[in-house]
Amino acid sequence: MRISVDQNKCCGSGMCVLTDPDLFDQNDEDGTVVLLVEEPDAAHEATAKEAAGLCPAGAITVS
Amino acid sequence: MTELISDELPITRQNPFDPPAEVTRIRETARVSRLKFSDGHLGWLVTGHHQVREVLGSPKFTNNPNRHHLLDIRFQGEPPKERRQPQPGMFLSQDPPDHTRLRRMLQGQFTVRRMNQLSEWIGTIVDDQIEHLRSLGGKADLVTEFALPVPSLVICALLGVDYSERDRFQEDTAKLLSLDSTFEEAMDAMARIQVFMRELIARKKENPGDDMISDLVATGEPTDEEASNMAMLLLLAGHETTANMLGLGTFTLLEHPDQLKILKDEPEVIDNAVEELMRYLSIIHFGPVRTAAEDVEIDGHLIKAGDTVLLHVPAANRDPEKFTGNPEELDLRRPASGHVAFGHGIHQCLGQQLARIEMRIAFARLFAAFPDLRLDIDPGEVPLRTDMGIYGVHSLPVAWSA
Ligand code: HEM
Repeated sequence: MRISVDQNKCCGSGMCVLTDPDLFDQNDEDGTVVLLVEEPDAAHEATAKEAAGLCPAGAITVS
Repeated sequence: MTELISDELPITRQNPFDPPAEVTRIRETARVSRLKFSDGHLGWLVTGHHQVREVLGSPKFTNNPNRHHLLDIRFQGEPPKERRQPQPGMFLSQDPPDHTRLRRMLQGQFTVRRMNQLSEWIGTIVDDQIEHLRSLGGKADLVTEFALPVPSLVICALLGVDYSERDRFQEDTAKLLSLDSTFEEAMDAMARIQVFMRELIARKKENPGDDMISDLVATGEPTDEEASNMAMLLLLAGHETTANMLGLGTFTLLEHPDQLKILKDEPEVIDNAVEELMRYLSIIHFGPVRTAAEDVEIDGHLIKAGDTVLLHVPAANRDPEKFTGNPEELDLRRPASGHVAFGHGIHQCLGQQLARIEMRIAFARLFAAFPDLRLDIDPGEVPLRTDMGIYGVHSLPVAWSA
């Protein structure tokens, strides 16, 4: 599984960090998403998908 | 396709915690249906969870108030003849690119990390307020003595507004949000809050403090008008909402003793309990609304450019297509994430991580401090905010063993 994020779409809701802080962080300046892990291990696949589904701005894709 | 048409939005609740039964019936028949607005416009009522998310997540809808048709629920049934113009800086009612530019100036201040760092400080505010409750003996109105002061103290301190000045705007924010105010009354109240905010911006420019407004002004990015409307939005959005979740949430827990027992026996359930209370109560009374900026198809329905759509958050948060088990029941252990109580799309609540922390700490410590907290009034007598845009309780008389 591969995660990608789009900082331009991101509206800094923090839902991804709330869902899995091992995979996502937020930039201190403008709150936009910082991807920590591009290829999550099996233990994080479910939360990666959940974060993508919860993102209000559709800024996270998993493939 | 024949479509379900409602001549008016059902707003009568049969009990304090559930959306109007009529709205639930509409959702069961059609998650996207038609709704007549007061000027005769035939708009839309969206009650399904998936469909609400789709509209709020779509760039084809605007939140410019000047495009919305209105319902005569407000303003004593006499909506203004002229549409409201968007105020620069009130980014909730602005579209991209202005919305993006302004929201980004604040996003860094509301990150999960920043909000977690505030936990300890919020804990002391909650503890102080609990001590205050104790000092009152064995009974109090939970709203005036706890639910409203906690988020007000928090947002005032974050913004750099002196708490002693809150009287200057609390009455006016209530007037602005009251469904019973006439249009003139609401606009006068707003004008007074704006004067207060402009003064605040001028003060922060001259005498910067360690607060969000000073930081915002110091960047030199927003104009003075934008900065004062941004501050107003934060102040309005930041205290009434959380306060009502605390008041109505406490009422709900007291009326669901089996659920309250879970919270007391398993303190680690608190994070999920807050999500479930948000889902179950959706204190956004009805709404929000959006208007299509271009033709768009939602769930097989063609919504035409100019059509106004009411997104019924309380109905969406009870949609059995989304929430497993019985969504009509409060279940603090249910997976409740994905609720739309903070909205969805680019306007999703900017303060949600702050609100979550305030609610977790406040509910947990309140019930730990007063294990036998109980209603001090017949539950049927609790005055409900059916007259306000943000639902909740006007007051909540409670008692405990001192
Ligand atoms: C339990 C408490 C709260 C609830 C239920 C709530 C709910 C909401 C909802 C539903 C929206 C979206 C409205 C729409 O799409 O039309 C929103 C937006 C907003 N909220 Fe909250 N909110 C809460 C607490 C807070 C707090 C504590 C703050 C600030 C300090 C805040 C600041 C905002 C702001 C600035 C917006 C506008 C965001 C934008 O347009 O991009 N809210 N809130």
